[in-house]
Amino acid sequence: MNLVFPLRPADLPPVSIETLQVNVTKMCNQACRHCHVDASPSRTEAMSPEGIAKCLEILERHPQIAKLDITGGAPELHAGFDAFVEKAVALGRHVMVRHNLTVQLDGHPVTKESKEYLPQFFAKHRVEVISSLPYHQQFFTDAQRGQGVFGKSVEAMRRLNAVGYGVEGSGLTLNLVYNPVGPYLPAAQAGLEADYKRELKDKHGLVFNSLYTITNMPINRFKLHLEKSGQYDAYMQKLLAAYNPAAAEGVMCRSLISVGHDGRVYDCDFNQMLELDAVDRGGAQLSIFDFDFDRFLARPIQFDAHCLGCTAGAGSSCGGATS
Amino acid sequence: MSNYYESEDLKKFGDIGRHGKKLADDFFKYYGDVTGTDGALSKREKALIALAVSHAQKCPYCIDAYTTQCLETGANPEQMMEAVHVAAVMQAGITLVHSVQMQNHLDKLVL
Repeated sequence: MNLVFPLRPADLPPVSIETLQVNVTKMCNQACRHCHVDASPSRTEAMSPEGIAKCLEILERHPQIAKLDITGGAPELHAGFDAFVEKAVALGRHVMVRHNLTVQLDGHPVTKESKEYLPQFFAKHRVEVISSLPYHQQFFTDAQRGQGVFGKSVEAMRRLNAVGYGVEGSGLTLNLVYNPVGPYLPAAQAGLEADYKRELKDKHGLVFNSLYTITNMPINRFKLHLEKSGQYDAYMQKLLAAYNPAAAEGVMCRSLISVGHDGRVYDCDFNQMLELDAVDRGGAQLSIFDFDFDRFLARPIQFDAHCLGCTAGAGSSCGGATS
Repeated sequence: MSNYYESEDLKKFGDIGRHGKKLADDFFKYYGDVTGTDGALSKREKALIALAVSHAQKCPYCIDAYTTQCLETGANPEQMMEAVHVAAVMQAGITLVHSVQMQNHLDKLVL
């Protein structure tokens, strides 16, 4: 099936570069069935020290880029992760980490280095922690993220709560991410957040700040699952039928750039995994090593059929629903 | 080989207006108004009711559609299975409550 995204780049130009989202490694202690990065313990891609230094230089020279969003894989498995966070915080940037919770308990899958220090480290630097938890119950969570993940996630959340994360008045933010466990759209974000808050509090004594609902992108590992199970066409038709122009207005690619481990620049993390490079108006590929704020801001965003995942229903982004 | 129920036929539901558009349009508007919005009942509660009715009426199209709708409104498998049990126990109860009729008639016949 060849579906075409209904908008052209000129219809949805970038409005800012507010966030530098950096994928520092594809290594992960987990190998989730829906992962658009195809991350796993066997992946070895990692950003070089020069790449991290360049990201920091860009942040230092461009205060209008207010946020650093560090992702992976499990970004904490990158050898330079701690220093990257410390230096970005020292530059006064708001730092967000896509933290999968279980890495706290699993540690580094290759070196076996413990990651139990992370809650204290995050709290010390007042990092915003954003963690995937596909549901407030074990069944869906373990089905998507692996046997035992729900139990470990609960324990990891308990440790984050213990240092103040998600606790009212602490100023330490713990946001959770829901994504469907199959080819269907997320439930309404506000209602699901209320369910999560009630169930996690009542059953496990856990607290958090906000829930972000994210639609599964029809790319990589999830696309393969859809194709093998004969559901790809139906899922794409569902996304197209649910296309919402209001959600399209708020897509994240309009206000961030995504950086790969090798410094190549993309319009979002999904385009990065498809190797759909960001280009300038002349069609030249963009890299952080030739960063120019105005040139990057003027780029035409590269849309393709998978973008229907971000514009369906209430919309989807790294910050949840967009409408 | 053709079957009476084909999962692909669910997509053709909208075609029921081919020979009677106005009535179909009226139905789909009513359908959307009832199931597609939060009202005194939430969309999730309506989806769970519809899932139970789907089982009671043994409609495979509806079971597929409302299993998905339950998930898209945030229901979980325990809630969905309980809804099916409500349908099952209602059907059992409806059968059993008719035994009162049987007993009434029995009492009439027996000396």
